[in-house]
Amino acid sequence: MNGRTLPRFTIWRAVFAVLMVAGAYATYLRVRYGLGGVTNLSDQFPWGIWIAFDILCGVGLAAGGFTLVAVVHIFNIHRYKPILRPAILTAFLGYVLVVLALMFDLGRPDRIWHPLIMWNPHSVMFEVAWCVTLYTTVLALEFAPAVFEKLGWHKPLDWLKFISVPLMIVGVLLSTLHQSSLGSLYLIVPHKLYGLWYTPLLPVFFYLSSICMGLAMTIFESWHSSRAFGRDLELPLAAGLARVLAVLLMTLLFVRFLDLGERGMLGLLRVNRTETWLFGLEILLLAVPMVLLFRRRVRWNPSKLYGCAVMVLFGFITNRLNVAITGMEAGSGTHYVPRWTEVAVTLAIIALGFAIFRVVAQYFPIFDAHHENEARAAQPVREAADERVPAGVG
Amino acid sequence: MSKAILYDSTMCIGCKACEGACAERWHLPYGDKVAAEQRLSAHKLTAIQTFGEHFSRRLCMHCAEPTCASVCPVGALHKTSLGPVVYDAKKCMGCRYCMTACPFQVPAYEWNSRLPKVRKCDMCYDRQRAGRLTACAEACPTGATTCGDRDALIAEARRRLAAKPGDYYQRIYGLQEVGGTSVLYLSAVPFEQIGLRTNLPQQPLPQLTWRVLEALPNVVSVGSVLLGGVWWITNRRDDVARAEGGKKR
Repeated sequence: MNGRTLPRFTIWRAVFAVLMVAGAYATYLRVRYGLGGVTNLSDQFPWGIWIAFDILCGVGLAAGGFTLVAVVHIFNIHRYKPILRPAILTAFLGYVLVVLALMFDLGRPDRIWHPLIMWNPHSVMFEVAWCVTLYTTVLALEFAPAVFEKLGWHKPLDWLKFISVPLMIVGVLLSTLHQSSLGSLYLIVPHKLYGLWYTPLLPVFFYLSSICMGLAMTIFESWHSSRAFGRDLELPLAAGLARVLAVLLMTLLFVRFLDLGERGMLGLLRVNRTETWLFGLEILLLAVPMVLLFRRRVRWNPSKLYGCAVMVLFGFITNRLNVAITGMEAGSGTHYVPRWTEVAVTLAIIALGFAIFRVVAQYFPIFDAHHENEARAAQPVREAADERVPAGVG
Repeated sequence: MSKAILYDSTMCIGCKACEGACAERWHLPYGDKVAAEQRLSAHKLTAIQTFGEHFSRRLCMHCAEPTCASVCPVGALHKTSLGPVVYDAKKCMGCRYCMTACPFQVPAYEWNSRLPKVRKCDMCYDRQRAGRLTACAEACPTGATTCGDRDALIAEARRRLAAKPGDYYQRIYGLQEVGGTSVLYLSAVPFEQIGLRTNLPQQPLPQLTWRVLEALPNVVSVGSVLLGGVWWITNRRDDVARAEGGKKR
């Protein structure tokens, strides 16, 4: 009797439970003993993995939202519509979790709202704070139709449709601003950040790489949801994204090395230091999937495609960690290794992201949104025809 | 007239009277244990450091164009017209960007507090406003730390360099570093040998981010026109295709 009400035991549920318990204990320690009690941060090294991973990677990984909104609704490439809503959900969840992580990292989380009324337009952080606040609101509105459809609220749905185009344009602009600004944060430390990463082009690299992360994340998340919900992977769409990803990766790597050469930093690659090896790892994790994704055979093979997407994600995670940690250590004259509690909070937040995504995707029209829209449309036949026409014209 | 501090390493005897006076002024505990620490921290806002037979003193440099004030998202730090860079704890939300960005690695954090603040020297702003000397300058028995108008102190530093050329490394640290600071150093040896960062540009660092932030209004206006245009064209193309498709049917 009792056994029936308990959720079925799986290895992933066990992992989730362990991570949640560890995260909850670390949270208690954070609240009780302050930052010093749970982190290895110091006056020499004030930003650790909560900034490097939770914020820098988190925002980057959530870039699929604005990328796909631009593709589907601004460039009007409708065939990508089936994977738009999952991408928006990923982005919305991503930003909510970034804000959650920020509550751990800020010394005074109760003052998280201060930048909204205490302005300093000279601060990159101020701009990031405003953009993230506004963009999270935009994402909530972009995701709201899924909720309203579920609840059958047609009035607000029509209202959202009315403002959707300007809303999406604003969303793409806000993303452009703050994705690049996360790179600009480091423009002010030329004396601290190692030569392999410090460049005036940091904002450009952060922006381009966020689009790559967004594309890779969309492929990653379609693959996982196809397995979790027993659906077919939208392979033609994922393969299409992968092709764009390969071209973007090539551009990014080309400009990276061009910039290193221009600044006379290529010599650093011959120095035997931790920085060189981790830079190598970063480049390898991007160059290998780039080469592979240029092959049609790889793009149209679900598991190989997935493997490449994961490599790209790890490549850019390495990049962000290199900028925020590896590259800053020597200049700060110290070493930083996160304490277990820092890692526990980060892992708990990631696990929470996966779990919430799963639950929301189960109860709200995320994956079959496309069909529901069609069903609700007055002329379903014409709508379906529309999809094919642009492809024929273009 | 902007106030400044001149620290002459050749005159310093390492007595740490400045440290004691500073701790007293901030009501911070000061004993043998704290005195032995050679590093700035939330409970030590100035520190005497030993480099062989030379001494150096660390404190906030009070930059002419402070990096910390430029990066602070809530404007908790600002440069006063009197010279000191001051901190308003009531605004601070604890993002610690000032600590990451400070070229002299000065701001310290109350890591073990539940309501933490940033801590740094404020060049005794209250005392200076009342026309008094900073606590450290008042306490210094040898005149290694002096306090006064920046221009007058620069003139004094130049006089010392010229009077005893053999005793000094012939430069003033703080004259041009990151656009100039309100704390100036004289030393017998090159500055990197007394722990000062010499790889800093002569331009104020805030320019590096301002150059990007300045462009944002353009990114927004050009971007919105561009995205709106793309949307209009692609949408129009679909409309036309739809209309033509309808005719054929």
